Amino acid sequence: MNKICGSPKIKRWKKQGLSDRIFKLSALLSALLVIFLMAGFFLQLLWCSIPALKTFGLRFIYSTEWDPVNNVYGAASAIYGTIITTAIAMLIAVPLSFVIALFLVELANPFISRIMGQAIDLLAAIPSIIFGMWGLFVLVPIMQNYVQPFLADTLHLGILPFFDGPQMGFGFLTAGIVLALMILPFISAVMRDVFRMVPQVVKESAYGTGATTWEVTFDVTMKYGMQGLLGAVFLGLGRAIGETMAVLFIIGNTPKISASLFESGTTISATLANNFAEAGGLFKSVLFELGLILLIISFLVQVAAQYWLNRVRKKAGGGL
Amino acid sequence: MIATEPVINKSKIIVKNLNFFYGQHQALFNNNIEIKENMVTAVIGPSGCGKSTHLRAYNRIFELYREQRAEGEVILDNENILSGSVDILELRRKIGMIFQKPTPFPMSVFDNVAYGLKLHYRLSRSEMAEKVEMGLHRVALWDEVKDKLKAPGMALSGGQQQRLCLARAIAIEPEVLLMDEPTSAIDPVGTLKIENLIEELKENFTIVIVTHNMQQAARVSDYTAFFYEGHIIEYDKTENMFTKPKAKQTEDYITGRFG
Repeated sequence: MNKICGSPKIKRWKKQGLSDRIFKLSALLSALLVIFLMAGFFLQLLWCSIPALKTFGLRFIYSTEWDPVNNVYGAASAIYGTIITTAIAMLIAVPLSFVIALFLVELANPFISRIMGQAIDLLAAIPSIIFGMWGLFVLVPIMQNYVQPFLADTLHLGILPFFDGPQMGFGFLTAGIVLALMILPFISAVMRDVFRMVPQVVKESAYGTGATTWEVTFDVTMKYGMQGLLGAVFLGLGRAIGETMAVLFIIGNTPKISASLFESGTTISATLANNFAEAGGLFKSVLFELGLILLIISFLVQVAAQYWLNRVRKKAGGGL
Repeated sequence: MIATEPVINKSKIIVKNLNFFYGQHQALFNNNIEIKENMVTAVIGPSGCGKSTHLRAYNRIFELYREQRAEGEVILDNENILSGSVDILELRRKIGMIFQKPTPFPMSVFDNVAYGLKLHYRLSRSEMAEKVEMGLHRVALWDEVKDKLKAPGMALSGGQQQRLCLARAIAIEPEVLLMDEPTSAIDPVGTLKIENLIEELKENFTIVIVTHNMQQAARVSDYTAFFYEGHIIEYDKTENMFTKPKAKQTEDYITGRFG
């Protein structure tokens, strides 16, 4: 060893600094790509929606008119549909995911937990079009024949405007349920990881104080992982807002607003997917503006998520 | 096991033939020991000798893990706590535990102490505030945190966090305090404060402390148990143990020949 090191014939090939500089530059360029992409998308959408913006102005957002023959458009029904289906999906998926994740980490025996965990990961890998087909061919008839009559007539919820409507199987409720099943694996997988990351000694400490499993979970594990749990919720929310194919088949694609969850409606992404192929002129610009609105909604959700996470972080002073 | 002194003080916990298993692996072998009331008992021994395992049988915290089980008897005030009929929540109220790392819960300083109280007692707002303040006083933390009761418990320093956990544990009026290397993650100043507290707290509590630090055992404890490979090799008054140990292994360990 010493001989080799001491030998004068060996030449060092490395130049200090150069490789580092090249690496740093390429890393910087890769990072900048994200900014360019984001700005590019935004500007492109904005640019293409200028004709629509000029024609309809702010009215576009709150008008429900949708008349391709006379070239009059409003986005309200699509925005409404997007919000309603997403809200239904979140209402179903979040509590369910929470319980699933809890079961996997705290209650199930390790063997069952592993098998179920893998099933959840597989569920996340199912393409959305499959969910759409399943929704159309399986869920819609079930909703039509059993669920909707049950809700409206057997439970007499039909007196409420939400459950008073045509029992055709299509509409907001069915679309929301399919969306919920789609985002369920994502939310529960993240929540499971969050629960797993809560240090065992903290849980032991809570048990050692004389808390029950329920109390440990809600008072300690959940608070400890609150940031991660909120992250999981917003991940699901982000997916639900933009989801297209699964909803497209089931929502009914009718540009109108109605209180009844049994009614057909539409969402932003479903409207885009339905119309882009044959759109031209002002109609095309309208669709771009819809895309812009979808982007802005998603962006606002992200901002809200960050704000929330910061607040939670400050309050708990640590955790995940 | 070699016992010399006759039993003078009342025994708080009597352990009889305690065997402990991690699945197939046996970690404790026929442990017999009597923990004296209102005394500090130190548990020493090399890593992996079963000190913590032994301690974790006292409040049955090991039951959180399916593959762990204990056989034998751990008798607290004439009741075998390893028998199925024991109310485990009440048991854990009576036997508090402090861990190697501070474990403040993700809530405010006040709520951390109030948490245990809420689990076991129905208190009015003012009673709660009073109890919390008392708890923090008893661990000499009140003056340091009285202006930041609403701050997160995790924002305190390591030593303060450990004393916060101690306050949480003693607020619910336990009878026994188990401490599993409570100062191993704390700086020397914080360690000193906790050792001083142990001295004060033994008036009201029976304390069992696992420690790696022989000086600490000598400083804070009245009795010392030396564990080796799952066996209790020697158990005696601390002064006897550190001046004239009976067993060869104890002497070797105490003098630093292994461990």
